[in-house]
Amino acid sequence: MALVLNEEQQMLRDSAQAFLTGNAPVAHLRKLRDGGDPTGFSLDIWRRFAELGFTGALVPEDHGGVGLGVVEAGVIAQELGRTLTPSPFVSTAVLAARALVRAGSDAQKQRWLPGIAAGELIAALALDESSKHRPFELDTAARRDGDGFVLDGAKTFVVDGHVAQLLIVSARTAPAGAQGDGITLFLVDPGAEGVAVERTSMVDSHNAARVRMSGVRVGPDAVLGGLGQGGVLLEEILDVGRAVVAAQLMGSADEVFARTLAYLKERKQFDRFIGEFQALQHRMATLYCDIELAHSLVLHALQALDADPAEARAAVSAAKALACKTADLAVREGVQMHGGMGMTDEFDIGLFMKRVRVGQELLGDANFHADRYAALGGY
Amino acid sequence: MTDLDSFRRETRAWLEANCPPEMRRPVTSDNDACWGGRRFKFQSDAQRVWMQRMAERGWTVPTWPRAYGGAELSKEQAQVLRQEMRALGCRSPLDSFGIWMLGPALLKYGSEAQKLEHLPKIARGEIRWCQGYSEPNAGSDLASLQTRAELQGDHFVVSGQKIWTSYADKADWIFCLVRTDFGAKKHTGISFLLFDMESEGVSTRPIMLISGRSPFCETFFDNVKVPAGNLVGEPNGGWTIAKYLLTHEREMIGGIGDRAAAKPLGRFAAQAVGLADDGRLRDGALRTDIARFEIDELAFRCLMERTGDRARRGQGDPAFSSALKYYGAELNKRRWELMMSVAGADGLEWEGERSHEGALARTWLRTKGNSIEGGTSEVQLNIVAKRLLGLPGA
Repeated sequence: MALVLNEEQQMLRDSAQAFLTGNAPVAHLRKLRDGGDPTGFSLDIWRRFAELGFTGALVPEDHGGVGLGVVEAGVIAQELGRTLTPSPFVSTAVLAARALVRAGSDAQKQRWLPGIAAGELIAALALDESSKHRPFELDTAARRDGDGFVLDGAKTFVVDGHVAQLLIVSARTAPAGAQGDGITLFLVDPGAEGVAVERTSMVDSHNAARVRMSGVRVGPDAVLGGLGQGGVLLEEILDVGRAVVAAQLMGSADEVFARTLAYLKERKQFDRFIGEFQALQHRMATLYCDIELAHSLVLHALQALDADPAEARAAVSAAKALACKTADLAVREGVQMHGGMGMTDEFDIGLFMKRVRVGQELLGDANFHADRYAALGGY
Repeated sequence: MTDLDSFRRETRAWLEANCPPEMRRPVTSDNDACWGGRRFKFQSDAQRVWMQRMAERGWTVPTWPRAYGGAELSKEQAQVLRQEMRALGCRSPLDSFGIWMLGPALLKYGSEAQKLEHLPKIARGEIRWCQGYSEPNAGSDLASLQTRAELQGDHFVVSGQKIWTSYADKADWIFCLVRTDFGAKKHTGISFLLFDMESEGVSTRPIMLISGRSPFCETFFDNVKVPAGNLVGEPNGGWTIAKYLLTHEREMIGGIGDRAAAKPLGRFAAQAVGLADDGRLRDGALRTDIARFEIDELAFRCLMERTGDRARRGQGDPAFSSALKYYGAELNKRRWELMMSVAGADGLEWEGERSHEGALARTWLRTKGNSIEGGTSEVQLNIVAKRLLGLPGA
């Protein structure tokens, strides 16, 4: 497969870009932030996202979606990264949709997927328990109770958890080292007794929550996928999310690069455009190379996931690690090269820096993924 | 099955049948490479047979027209050939500045007579070429070169000095930038000449490098007579050809970051440094450095592939070769820094059979030139800033 977008994918990119820059540019994020919006995102934009088929990108057609691939999800996420639009796209349309598609029973799919595709259901993956991403170190436990389970534990960094109508919770049903991996995924109603959801106001003005569960009872139909065998499933879901977040980071990197390049061509000091100074030219040139490299690798990872998720793990970790590093460099250079203006709230560059910081932590940072890449490489 | 699939199958079968087993082992030193030329001594029968078989098939220059010794493969087919050679671990049958640099320039700017005279000999490895570009006072500022060529009747008379001429002492012919108009602006008085290194008045002196090897020479021209028909393109129009050729040189040097990727560094490190009980490399900081390097290396391979895919769609900018050259060269330097770390004290041996005469250390030192030759990294970044980013005054 060629390592470029095909025509349909380019059209998808163009239509996502046109919609987002037209309806939800960075000013949209500012408005939500400054107005103290209680949800932090626009349901109206989300509904219109659904009308365009974006929320159902990974949902098969027979469940009301459009049945596209991971590359297409990445294309959409990249445009979200460009406009910083707050959107439950990654949590709902990518992570939750993929989990339900891959592991859901017919009844579960029937119940939840059409709502995701229609933009009527927001779902969130409740996974992390510590400040760093360690998906297999779980204290949340689910113990048998009749034919159902009782869940106890606390989750953090649950993206879009404060507005989710459905939580997908990872919990331990058997100790590590038991048969299988002992991890099970549960579908949990955030309104159920014993669930406490606290919105966490984040540095990037996007949305996440802490979720506490004490004695939360769920029925047998809440189990998503095999009992005690959620690890493999989780790995695949997370890898899809990681590659898509990498694409989103690259969208932010692209936008910051373009804005910074434009600034270097208009800002004058010492009677010259600051873009004439070689000290800045070389830094922009190296950043340009870094961004080209990271884009190529991210597309490779997205394509690898569509081809065979089990074979894509190293590529995904490479892509997430490099996208984190590259987007981080882009925003740091962006702020520095904008000088004092880069430090002001009025200029958008700082918003990109904040958003990229969150994207780096989400689903594993550069160190996590370099470590995983090495482990997969046998060293 | 598509045509490309059947081409892949046929190619694999042919390579299996025709690539000698000795030519499927990793290259261990510079001496393993086949450079061809009048005076080249093959290291083994296998090396000779491998080059000849590939040349007969037109696969030393797979995309060139058949009339010039190629096989007229499409870019897609040539990519399949490269992939299959890589999969089998086939060595390059013929390394050649004629193939990498002069050939593309002649195909674009040479006369039909020049193409017919020179290209088949390049394809068959009969003539080895060297590049007469840099001069003592014309390095990064190449266009300020001073070697002069005066037209006297039916020939030019060439006088001057070149430096950093790779393998000039082993080459049969030289493609050379000379100044033919001293009154013109520096870029517009340059011509592109071809001549035989056995011509009277040509002499070479190898330059000893920090690697203890002498891949480069000083080359002197003392009233060398060159037939006027050996001028490529227009008189004083050599700079255009020179730049075009440089983009190919950059791709070649950039490509070392790709070609060297045959040996995964992490696996080499696992053997040389050892693994702890948890399966991690025993040196945690080195492990992280290697992982980051391998990630960058994978990204570079993807970017090379993407660049090719873009080119096949008629997209892309020739100046992009500067981005690839910059990154490929820096990547290769990093690789060999890490190789030295991984090898530890063993990598410090300079002589003796155990170290293949210090192959590792000498290669490490040689790679320092990657970001200097073919235009320094700084010059490449200037080109990226000006041509690709449109920054003012660059």
